Amino acid sequence: MTLFYALIALGSLALIFGLILGFAAVRFRVESNPIVDQIDTILPQTQCGQCGYPGCRPYAEAIANGDEINKCPPGGEATVKKLADLMGVEAKPLAGGEQAEPIKTVAYIREDECIGCTKCIQACPVDAIVGATRQMHTVLIDECTGCDLCVEPCPVDCIDMLPVKETKQTWKWQLNAIPVTQVD
Amino acid sequence: MEKLIDQIKQGKVWPFPGGIHPPGQKQQSTTQAIARLPLPDKLVVSLKQHIGANGKLIVEKGQQVLKGQALTKPSGNWSVPVHAPTSGLISDICPMPSAHPSALPELSVIIEPDGEDNWCELNPVTDAKALSHDELVDVIHQSGIAGMGGAGFPTYVKADTRKAIEFLIVNAVECEPYITADDMLMREHADGIVAGIELMQQLLSPQLTIIGIEDNKPDAIAAMKQAAQHNDSIIVQTVPTIYPSGGEKQLIKLLTGKEVPSGSIPADIGMLVQNVGTLFAVNQAVYEGKPLIERVVTVTGNTIHKQGNVWALLGTEIKHLLDCQGFSPAPQQRVVMGGPMMGFTLPTVRIGVVKTTNCILAPDHQELAEPGDEKACIRCSACADACPASLLPQQLQWFAKSKEYDKLNEHNLFDCIECGACAYVCPSEIPLVQYYRVAKAEIKEQQAEQIKAERAKERFEARKERLEREQEERQNRHKRKPAAKSDDEKQKVADALARVKAKSDDTDSKSAVAAAIARAKAKKQGAELEPDNSEVAKERAARKEQARKYKEQKALEQGEESVDKDDKKSAVAAAIARAKAKKAAQATESQAEAEEAAPVDDKKAAVAAAIARAKAKKAAQAAESQTVAEADSAPVDDKKAAVAAAIARAKAKKAAQAAENQTEAKEDSAPVDDKKAAVAAAIARAKAKKAAQAAENQTEAEEDSAPVDDKKAAVAAAIARAKAKKAAQAAENQTEAEEDSAPVDDKKAAVAAAIARAKAKKAAKEQAQSDESSEQLDDSSDTDDSKPQVDEPESSEDKKKAAVARAIARAKAKKLQQEGNDKS
Repeated sequence: MTLFYALIALGSLALIFGLILGFAAVRFRVESNPIVDQIDTILPQTQCGQCGYPGCRPYAEAIANGDEINKCPPGGEATVKKLADLMGVEAKPLAGGEQAEPIKTVAYIREDECIGCTKCIQACPVDAIVGATRQMHTVLIDECTGCDLCVEPCPVDCIDMLPVKETKQTWKWQLNAIPVTQVD
Repeated sequence: MEKLIDQIKQGKVWPFPGGIHPPGQKQQSTTQAIARLPLPDKLVVSLKQHIGANGKLIVEKGQQVLKGQALTKPSGNWSVPVHAPTSGLISDICPMPSAHPSALPELSVIIEPDGEDNWCELNPVTDAKALSHDELVDVIHQSGIAGMGGAGFPTYVKADTRKAIEFLIVNAVECEPYITADDMLMREHADGIVAGIELMQQLLSPQLTIIGIEDNKPDAIAAMKQAAQHNDSIIVQTVPTIYPSGGEKQLIKLLTGKEVPSGSIPADIGMLVQNVGTLFAVNQAVYEGKPLIERVVTVTGNTIHKQGNVWALLGTEIKHLLDCQGFSPAPQQRVVMGGPMMGFTLPTVRIGVVKTTNCILAPDHQELAEPGDEKACIRCSACADACPASLLPQQLQWFAKSKEYDKLNEHNLFDCIECGACAYVCPSEIPLVQYYRVAKAEIKEQQAEQIKAERAKERFEARKERLEREQEERQNRHKRKPAAKSDDEKQKVADALARVKAKSDDTDSKSAVAAAIARAKAKKQGAELEPDNSEVAKERAARKEQARKYKEQKALEQGEESVDKDDKKSAVAAAIARAKAKKAAQATESQAEAEEAAPVDDKKAAVAAAIARAKAKKAAQAAESQTVAEADSAPVDDKKAAVAAAIARAKAKKAAQAAENQTEAKEDSAPVDDKKAAVAAAIARAKAKKAAQAAENQTEAEEDSAPVDDKKAAVAAAIARAKAKKAAQAAENQTEAEEDSAPVDDKKAAVAAAIARAKAKKAAKEQAQSDESSEQLDDSSDTDDSKPQVDEPESSEDKKKAAVARAIARAKAKKLQQEGNDKS
């Protein structure tokens, strides 16, 4: 008889906890792996594909699944460091021996040489090139991520990757710099 | 509120924490009245002299402008116009070093004064009370007034605030050492300043206006009190001399006891601060109609002979100011724009005065020593005591050094006003403010990058979505297509077929070349008896049947008339011939057939052969269209077939010659045109060559497959040659067309250049590929050394050639462009 009571008690307890767990699983359901979103926000979103994945989010997913964190040249060391902190792994030097501080570039089309083939428009991952067939194309500099993807398809080699121009807003005080005076 | 106003009226001030007492150094520059300078040789008016966007440029190089004429037009986003400081000629509009520590170039209008100093038409307002709020704001906006205390915030934005303003605070503190521009302005133009204050009162209707003046400016206090006597709502408040009481937030705390919360602006707590210089400019703009084209600048420092204040036209080069005041530079002379605390050393003195330039300090080495080496922080906390914003400079310094930007934000780095009090008191001479500025710039950059990354992500996602949608649409279209085809398209196809049939039915004369082809085919097929397209053959056979019947009748008639003697024989022969002709027709038209049939009987044969030949001819005619003339000249003897072929060949040759002639003619006319034509012609010629090669290859193939008959091959070759010629001609014609329009339009030249470049690129690529492949060959076939050895130098040579070709092409393109430009 005692055994019977014990079985009922334990069984009912198991049922209750099972229901609670089942409810929690539905109610507090996590849509996708939140780590992927966190990694994605750290990545520079140039969508350049230099990591070997078609865009930043696929790479974020790959990192979440255990891929190396040092495959993002546009992000530089800073991104690797942040990813290392987030993933709890050792920070590594960039794969491929890229420089730690990448120079930010944007694409410029030498407009008088453009033949209007639209190939670069198709290559641009962020739709930052405007133009039409047989019409001159141009790059929306503010939207360009500097991913280099438009350079290769150009049949007439009229796209240059130029470093982003320094403005008063982006200028930084140079600590420890030798003061330079212009001599008139 | 009432209590607060009472307290203020009783002269109560609420000291802010921290602050320092640097030596004033103001007496040197207050001994003389504000001086007027001779006109400089040139004025460099930067388009951006304030916080916000540039105005839109409305003048151009070489234009004559009058004093006060607007150079830019404001276009929203806090943009403020700039005006010509004097009359003269705009000699250039180009980027010039800007009044910023970096001296990064900023687009500037360079004016050469004509010395006349002619004002443009001014529209002074006599009764400002009659102006509406918006009209008054517009006057301030169009006059290009921006905060003249140092930050350069557009005044019209402040004047147009929608928030209720309780206190209008007039900043006449001028706490920084050396600077006396506001002091002197107040002494000389107190009435004008008060008039400006009253205009602001009209716009903002504050409960109280407080003019805050430090107690080291007794003359200015007296002058302002005198000027503001008539207005009860204006209080002149004397505040103790302490740096940085002139900071906006510090002054609000000092005069009203209220603190501006972190991250908000004074207007949020009903305060609005204006500099005295700005208020004077407002007065000038409204009552005299004069835009902001000059300001008071203190020129001081021990290397200046005549220290004092001057009215400087905006855009006057600092060098001119210094020279006019007697500048004797020491070795490694520093020139500072702004005061010694918050100013910056100018990289060059060829920078124009801007709306925020209140002081030019040219100190010698004793009065403003070069900062010494940074020593280790001793954690004395003197900086924290001096900080007027109650921050922890020492902590901020550590975080800035280790780039811990999150921590910096936690410690409210952005509440730092960069007054430099901490660095002033630091016994270790740590350039604290520099660290904060770098950290601020880094954080701002990171934030900007974050925003940009966010936008890039959005755009990338949007693009992905769009591409997916497009693909889906395309697939849907493919699904829908077959149904549509069943009705419309089929009808179209049927129509087209019918048209083709109709066309092939009528046998009007086509070109001799076509005939030659037909005959060549006939001959070939006759010899080899190769049935080709069976359906076409059947169709042709049917047609031939009809023709044959007709011919038969005709021949019978003829026979009855002329060859009556041998009825039976001829009938038999005719029957044989017919049968043979039929066979020939079935195997597609053939003359050779007739040849075989010929030598049975002399007479019979002659008739039969004639009939057969005629039939064969007819068949050929029906199939591929032969000229009537040839049919007429149809030979009696079988040798004549050869003659016909010869004729055809001759014709083909003729045509080819004609084509050649034409080509030559075209080529003759080509060199007349310019080099563009040459390039284009070269391309065309290359094409022609390619076509010819292809044709030749074909010919060779044909020769290989049918080496039995040399003549056929010759004919085919002739045809091929003719074709090549024709192609060349066509290309030439095209070229001609291009040439004709080329000189007119330099775009076409660009197109040609682009083509050339594209070709060059392609060539280079192919070269690279072939190089790679040859290298691969090299790798894979180590045993066979001879081939790669031969290949490699060649390919490298080719590479070089390609590079050279590319260079030539580019040079040509450039030349073309130049020519085009010259022409246009």
